[in-house]
Amino acid sequence: MLETLMLSRIQFAANISFHILFPTITIALSWFLFFFKVRFDQTADPVWMRAYRFWVKIFAITFAIGVVSGITMSFQFGTNWPKFMETVGNIAGPLLGYEVLTAFFLEAGFLGVMLFGIKRVSARVHTLSTLIVAIGTSLSSFWILALNSWMHTPQGHEMRDGVAFPVDWLAIIFNPSFPYRFSHMLIASGLTAAFLVAGISAYRLLKGDDKQAPKLTLKIAVTVAALLTPLQIFMGDMHGLNTLEHQPQKIAAMEGIWHTEKGAPLLLFALPDEANKTNHYEVAIPKMASFILTHDLNGEVKGLNEFVDNHPPVRPVFFAFRIMVGIGMLMLVIAWLSRIQLWRNKPLPPWLLKALVMMSFSGWIATLAGWYVTEIGRQPWLVSGILTVKDAATTIPASNVGLSLVMYLTLYVIILIAYLHTIFTMANRAVEIEEITDEERIKPVIKKPIRRKRNYV
Amino acid sequence: MFEAHALAIIFVTLMGVAVLAYAILDGFDLGVGILLPLSQEDDSDTMIASIGPFWDANETWLVLAIGLLLIAFPAAHSYIFKELYLPTAVLLISLVLRGVAFDFRAKAAFSHKPTWNKVFKIGSFIAAMSQGYMLGMYVMGFESTLIAYTFSIISALGVAAAYAYIGACWLIMKTEGDLQIQAVNWAKTMGLVCFVGVLLVSTVNPLINPEVLTKWFYGPSTMYFLAVPILCFSLFVYSQYQLRKLPADNDQGCWQPFVAAVIIFILCFVGLAFSFFPYIVPDKLTIWQSAAAPESLNFILWGAIVVIPIIISYTIFSYWVFWGKVEELRYY
Repeated sequence: MLETLMLSRIQFAANISFHILFPTITIALSWFLFFFKVRFDQTADPVWMRAYRFWVKIFAITFAIGVVSGITMSFQFGTNWPKFMETVGNIAGPLLGYEVLTAFFLEAGFLGVMLFGIKRVSARVHTLSTLIVAIGTSLSSFWILALNSWMHTPQGHEMRDGVAFPVDWLAIIFNPSFPYRFSHMLIASGLTAAFLVAGISAYRLLKGDDKQAPKLTLKIAVTVAALLTPLQIFMGDMHGLNTLEHQPQKIAAMEGIWHTEKGAPLLLFALPDEANKTNHYEVAIPKMASFILTHDLNGEVKGLNEFVDNHPPVRPVFFAFRIMVGIGMLMLVIAWLSRIQLWRNKPLPPWLLKALVMMSFSGWIATLAGWYVTEIGRQPWLVSGILTVKDAATTIPASNVGLSLVMYLTLYVIILIAYLHTIFTMANRAVEIEEITDEERIKPVIKKPIRRKRNYV
Repeated sequence: MFEAHALAIIFVTLMGVAVLAYAILDGFDLGVGILLPLSQEDDSDTMIASIGPFWDANETWLVLAIGLLLIAFPAAHSYIFKELYLPTAVLLISLVLRGVAFDFRAKAAFSHKPTWNKVFKIGSFIAAMSQGYMLGMYVMGFESTLIAYTFSIISALGVAAAYAYIGACWLIMKTEGDLQIQAVNWAKTMGLVCFVGVLLVSTVNPLINPEVLTKWFYGPSTMYFLAVPILCFSLFVYSQYQLRKLPADNDQGCWQPFVAAVIIFILCFVGLAFSFFPYIVPDKLTIWQSAAAPESLNFILWGAIVVIPIIISYTIFSYWVFWGKVEELRYY
C-alpha cells in the first residue's frame, strides 16, 4: 500500500503532466493563428482563412482542455501540499494571482470573440482579439515559470520563523534560472505546435488532400521547426550551464557522474546503479561532458558523491534527459530534411510525410521529458534549500488520495483518447470537404497585397 | 500601503465578489447544461450556442475565487479543502468532463454527439451538486453527522435548482419560439424549487449556528439586514408573477426574470456572507487569523486595482458583442 506522500506526488505529477500538454500547444498555436489571420488581412487570399478556420477549431478544443485541467491545480496546492503555501505562500500566492488576473482572464475573455465573433466585429477587432489571446497565453507562462524558477533558484526573500517573506519582487520574478527556463519553455511550445501543424498537414496530404491550405501550413510549420530546433539546442545548453551553477547535483544526475572527475565522458547510454553508485553498459564519448559543461576537455565536473543524501534519484533524471535530447535531435533531422526538400521546390516524399505524421506529438514527449529532468532533478527539495517535498505533504488519509488519483487517471486516459481521435477525425473531414476553388489548385504566384471586402468568410 | 487589518477585509470582499460572479456567470451556464434536453438535438445546439462564447471566461472566476482564497487566506484554503477533499475531486472531474464535452460534441464524429451531450448534461449536474454539497458542509461547520450530511444533500439539490433557474432565465432572454416557452416553464418550476431551498437554508442556518441567530435577530444592524431576506422572497414572488406573462408581444421584458434571478443570487450571497463574517471557516478561523503577509497582499492588491476594472470592461465588451438572440454557433 502506498502512503499519502507517494500518492500525492503521483497525483500532482499526473495532474500537471496532463495539464501541460495542452498549454504547450496553445501558447505557440495562438501565434500561428495570429500569423494566419494577419496574412489573410494583408492578402485577402482565402487560403489563409482556410488555414485559420481549420486550426482555430483544434486550438479551441486544446484550449478548453487546458483551462479545465488547470482548475485542478489551484485546489491541489492547498489540499495535497498545505505546507507549501504555509511556507512560501507569500511568494507563490501573488505570482499565481498575477497569472489569473493578467493572463487567464485576458485569454478567456477574448477567446469567445476570437472563436465565434468574426461576423459580429470588424476584421480589425477580430485580428486584435486573436493577438490578445496569444499575448494572454504567453503571459500566463511568464508568471507560472517565474514561480517555478523561483522554486529552483529562490532569491529576493527572507525567512522569518520558517516562513518566506518577500523583500524584492523584481529579484523574485527575475531569479537566476527564470530567463533560461522561460525561453526554453517558449521555444518548446513553438516546436510542439510546429510539429503538430506539420504532422496533421502531412496527414491530410497523405490522405489525398490536394487543397492549398495543408501545403501552406506544412511549409510554414516546417520552416518554424527548422529555425527553432537549433535555437532550442543552444538555449538548452545555456539552461544546462545555468543549472550547473545553481543546482550542480541535478547536472551530475543528468550526466550520470557518480564521482567528481576531470575530463568526464559524455554518456550516450548507461544503466545507472543507485545502490553501488556506478553505471553499467556505458556507451560514452571521452571527455565530452567536461567539454560541454566547462568548455574545457579536462574541466572538473562535480559528481554525486559531493551531495550525499541531497541529490535526486539518478535513473529517472538520467533517462528523461536522454529522451528529451534524442527527440530534439530527431526533430532537427526531420525538420531540416523537409525544409531542404521544400527549398529545392520538390514535394515531400511519402516516407518523409509519414515521418512528420509520426512526429506530430513528439513535442509532448520532449516537453514532458524535459520537465521530468528539471522537476525530479530538484528532489528532495520542493523549494530548493527551503522546503522538502516530504515536509510539505498533507495529512489526508491515503485512501482518499488513492481514490481521487484513480478517478483522475481514468479521466485523463479517456480525454486523451478522445482528443487524439477528434483531431484525426477533423483532419479526415477536412480532406473530404470539397471547398476548393480552381484558383486554389493553381500554384500561387506572388500576390500583391490587395484589400478587398472579405465577403467569402 | 494598507495595514494588515484592512487588507484582510479588502481581500475577503474581493474574494466574495469573485465567488458571486462565479455563481452567477457559471451558474447560468451550468444551469443551461442541467436543462439540456437530450431528445431534441436542435434545442440542445441552440442552448449550448447561447453559452458558447462565455463559459471559458465564466469558469475563470472560479480560478480567481479559489486563487484569492489561496493567496490571501492560505490557512483557510488548506483547512476547507482538506475537509472537502473528495467532493472537491468530484467537482473538478465533473467540470473537466463538462468542459471537454462542450468541445468534443461539436467536433468529434457525428455519431458520438449524443454521448457528449449526455456527458455535458451529467457533468453540469454533478458540478452543481458538488458545489451545493460543499456549501452545505461549510454551513454545517464540516461536521460528520447525519444531520450535516442530510442538510448538505438538500443544499446540493438546492444549488442545482438555483443554477437551473438562472439558466432558464438566461435562455428566456437569449432564445425565441418553442424553446423560449419551454424555458419559461423551466424557470417557473426551478424557481419554486429554488425558493424552497433558500427558505430551508435560511431557517436551518440560524437554528444550528447560535452566533448566526444572534447576529440576525439580536445584533445592532438587524433592522437593515432583515431587509435582505424580505427583498429576496418578494423577488421570488414577483418573478413567478412575471413569468406568467412571458413570452410577451415583441418579446417585451424577456430580460426581467434574469435580472431578478441575478438580484436573488446577490441577496442570498450577502445573507450568507453576513452570517459568517468575520469567520472564513465557520467558528474556527477568522479572516485576520488566516491572512497572508501584508507585503504580499499589498503587492497583489495594486495589480488587482489596475487589472480588475479592465477585466470587467472586456467582459462587458464580450457580452455586448454577442448581445441579442442566439445565432448558430460557427467557428471562424
